[in-house]
Amino acid sequence: MKSFTYERPTDPAEAAAAVARNPNAKFIAGGTNLLDLMKLQIETPTHLVDVNGLGLDTVEPTPEGGLRIGALVRNTDLAADARVRKDYGVLSRALLAGASGQLRNKATTAGNLLQRTRCPYFYDTAQACNKRQPGSGCSALDGVSRSLAVIGASQACIATHPGDMAVAMRVLDATVETVDAGGNARKIEIADFHRLPGDKPEVDTTLKPGELITAVTLPAPRAGTHLYRKVRDRASYAYALVSVAAILGKDGRGAVAFGGVAHKPWRVEAAEADLPKGAKAVTDQVFAGAKPTHDNAYKLKLAERTLGAALNQARA
Amino acid sequence: MKFDTPAGQNPIDQLKVVGRATDRIDGKYKTTGTAPYAYERHDVVPNQAYGYVLGAAIPKGRVRAIHVEAAKAAPGVLAVVTTLETPRLERGTMNAAYLFGGDAIQHYHQAIAVVVAETFEQARAAAFLVRVDYAAEAGRFDLAAEAGAAKPVPGDSGEGSGGDGIERVGDFEGAFAAAPVTLDATYTTADESHAMMEPHATVAAWEGDTLTLWTSNQMIGWGHGSIAKILGIPKEKVRLDSPYVGGGFGGKLFVRADAVLAALGAKASGRPVKVALTRPLIANNTTHRPATIQRVRIGATQDGQITAIAHESTSGNLADGSPETAVNQTKLLYAGANRLTAMKLAHLDLPEGNAMRAPGEAPGLMVLEVAMDEMAEKLRLDPVEFRIRNDTQTDPKTPGRRFSQRDLVGCLRLGADKFGWSRRNPTPGQARDGSWLVGMGMAAAFRNNLVMKSGARVRLDDRGTVTVETDMTDIGTGSYTIIAQTAAEMMGVTLDRVVVRLGDSAFPVSAGSGGQFGGNSATSGVYAACVKLREAVAQRLGINSVDAVFAEGEVRSGNRAVPLGEAAAQGPLSAEDTITFAGLDKTYQQSTFGAHFVEVGVDVDTAEVRVRRMLAVCAAGRILNPKSARSQVIGGMTMGTGAALMEELAVDTRRGFFANHDLAGYEVPVHADIPHQEVIFLDEVDPVSSPMKAKGVGELGICGVGAAVANAVYNATGVRVRDYPITLDKLLDHMPDAA
Repeated sequence: MKSFTYERPTDPAEAAAAVARNPNAKFIAGGTNLLDLMKLQIETPTHLVDVNGLGLDTVEPTPEGGLRIGALVRNTDLAADARVRKDYGVLSRALLAGASGQLRNKATTAGNLLQRTRCPYFYDTAQACNKRQPGSGCSALDGVSRSLAVIGASQACIATHPGDMAVAMRVLDATVETVDAGGNARKIEIADFHRLPGDKPEVDTTLKPGELITAVTLPAPRAGTHLYRKVRDRASYAYALVSVAAILGKDGRGAVAFGGVAHKPWRVEAAEADLPKGAKAVTDQVFAGAKPTHDNAYKLKLAERTLGAALNQARA
Repeated sequence: MKFDTPAGQNPIDQLKVVGRATDRIDGKYKTTGTAPYAYERHDVVPNQAYGYVLGAAIPKGRVRAIHVEAAKAAPGVLAVVTTLETPRLERGTMNAAYLFGGDAIQHYHQAIAVVVAETFEQARAAAFLVRVDYAAEAGRFDLAAEAGAAKPVPGDSGEGSGGDGIERVGDFEGAFAAAPVTLDATYTTADESHAMMEPHATVAAWEGDTLTLWTSNQMIGWGHGSIAKILGIPKEKVRLDSPYVGGGFGGKLFVRADAVLAALGAKASGRPVKVALTRPLIANNTTHRPATIQRVRIGATQDGQITAIAHESTSGNLADGSPETAVNQTKLLYAGANRLTAMKLAHLDLPEGNAMRAPGEAPGLMVLEVAMDEMAEKLRLDPVEFRIRNDTQTDPKTPGRRFSQRDLVGCLRLGADKFGWSRRNPTPGQARDGSWLVGMGMAAAFRNNLVMKSGARVRLDDRGTVTVETDMTDIGTGSYTIIAQTAAEMMGVTLDRVVVRLGDSAFPVSAGSGGQFGGNSATSGVYAACVKLREAVAQRLGINSVDAVFAEGEVRSGNRAVPLGEAAAQGPLSAEDTITFAGLDKTYQQSTFGAHFVEVGVDVDTAEVRVRRMLAVCAAGRILNPKSARSQVIGGMTMGTGAALMEELAVDTRRGFFANHDLAGYEVPVHADIPHQEVIFLDEVDPVSSPMKAKGVGELGICGVGAAVANAVYNATGVRVRDYPITLDKLLDHMPDAA
């Protein structure tokens, strides 16, 4: 870990300004990802702006009938919120499928959206990785890639977004609210929040430098069975090989997003009309153009079968 | 004491303390955080500095230059020691890889420098400033690609299994060709990491030319000699102290880079230095269980008598490395007149393969016991019955040589009964519980019982307290407790009158913790020392030692009863002895046996495998402490489940290293993976093994359990996966259509 300076502002715009004026500054909230990365010098900020003094830690109803989740609401608290449990079960289930109790107590809503990939080459500073060191190359392309992306990837990067929460937020049509150094607020649809790697895999999101997440809003609840099915090699405390976040009616109609398959939560709305026809009709469209590696081609079949399981569950 | 005839009646047979389920005497320290592990020995020497080990960024080649100027100038840095300024150091006992010194890189993350600083953070930050120029060379990293060039080699795990490169009994090829029912199948097992909780760690301090290492090591005797050899200093000038070890599993049998670089860093900085290996270094800097490719051929008569059995294993290692002795159990487990076993070794430039819990048998039985399941199905025999039909009470190679005790059949029958094996549908893919396909599998467990020379010193004070000192280690196994039980039984005192001190090279040399020989051998050494102490006590009290009864804190003879402590009224009494084993392990084949039964569920949609319940029945001589023995067995069952379902060091065959080198990437089972485990020990004593009449159980639990899991997966799904670990991607294409 490199030495760094530290401040703890009390105003969101002030926090945004502090990061905006220093290209080597970063926000820190729960620190469950950033601190590990700093120890390994994968992240090397020289200045940390601690946002834990900003408030932003409540869940409030919106005039539209939805919920506004403060950026600093802890994963544990969000998963346990009675309104989330009742009306947004997919979100509660996704949160509880992630990490461990101890980590969820620290991890925040905004921080979870910003967690970085778990690609093994991103974590080994002796190996080439365009996300960690732009221009160095991608070791994963012909390396160990069983857990990595099958779609939306590029020749520069096949990393995945490793989270669960964002997949649920994607199927819920959440909106990310931000503030910038000038105090200007902005809303970013969750679909546009995470980006694909393209030729700039070092950039995970569409946030501008210094732009601070203040909240995530959920629209009015969507009826249907809320499911989050996370498939993994062990029963707990593992990243998803594939996950399915779905809101489905008994007739199969609804919405579905996939995790563990791309650089962002993966959803193709145009395919959802075919949900009543069964999983394959949907995944054939959702994963059209997929370019899996030898090691991760199984994810395509797994995604189809996992969606099939979700459809069966919703119909039961 | 020389143990060369089977044990007769002795004080251990009283079983007042030994043989009773006893809480660990060190448990309260471990659960309250007051048992000091190596990295926490803050109090042993003042002014400790921190060392951070830098690993090579290439798997093979040479180090051209190491630029340390920036690191040396960094805040808090006291010294930087590089491999280029150090002549290549000797290797320790039974190691293939060089730990430090010289410019040659044998494997990824081989140590090339240690940075010493005032704080850990300063040392780590400075290590990132070290710039290294390499001359990389092409290497060989793909076992499958190199297997064709592998040559038969003899090998010894150092832990009780081994033999010649090719061993034959009878005419395997002829018998196999003539057999009416045959199986010929090839399987693979993965590279595995010990992944123990406590990393390798050492505090080193020099006082003049004398070195003390507070470390985490399973084998103080080996380590003591190895560190002297590696550093080129006399053994008398080295002390190792390792009272608590947070798991080893074979990964801490040897002195590793933490100990060597703590010593070199301390020398260079003139300060005591502590070094822990970081988690990534545990995968690629230390040793691992090597992957294997194994072929098994079995020929049998229509009624299921094995007439021919062959087991061949190919593994890889560095030059001077050993093969994985995966075929060993196949020489002894089942009858059959015509036999072939072979071990082949390919050269690989991956990190060193070496012992991990039940080296040889663990991966060997993962294969043999699946082959037995496949053969039973071909024969339309129940797999339990097929094994019973092929039991042998003698070494198949030397029919005059009997097993000292062998109740494999008893384990199989009792296990089948207790587990409800009769409810298993032999046709796979039939049982369903909601979305789970449910299956049962079983396998035999087998592990040789080694006995090793082991010493101890016992001291009695005037309060009647018995203090035991031996360099035996407790790596989480329960050594403290069974040694205390042994001394208490021998001296006729309660457990609270016994103090046990372990892990110090100043104490008598013991068997150490390895090869499941530690518990039986070390307690036998304590037994021998206690026999001497009893004689000394009797002599001091003027009692004929033959008549003396040691009970309830007293020494009794006829009508006389003297408090034990009185024997030490004029000063402590001390006795030291070493048990040596001569002959009985040659006259008899000594092994431990068991049967594993496992029920799994396989998700019909996703092919996720989850274990539902497990049972092990073990026949392993006298069980000294049923509580800690059970813990050993369920730990083995858990580790074997990991090997069956998830554990794999993923080889990047282009870049030449294990890519998933942390605990997020290398998954081991968590609590949620292991729902219900039961262990039954058969009531057995083995007087041929030792005066304790005990055997090892520390590795028996892992032996065969992976195959039982695999067989259960087959029974659940009808899909036979022959490449471990059985992850869902290998099942998915063959799963039935989900309904």
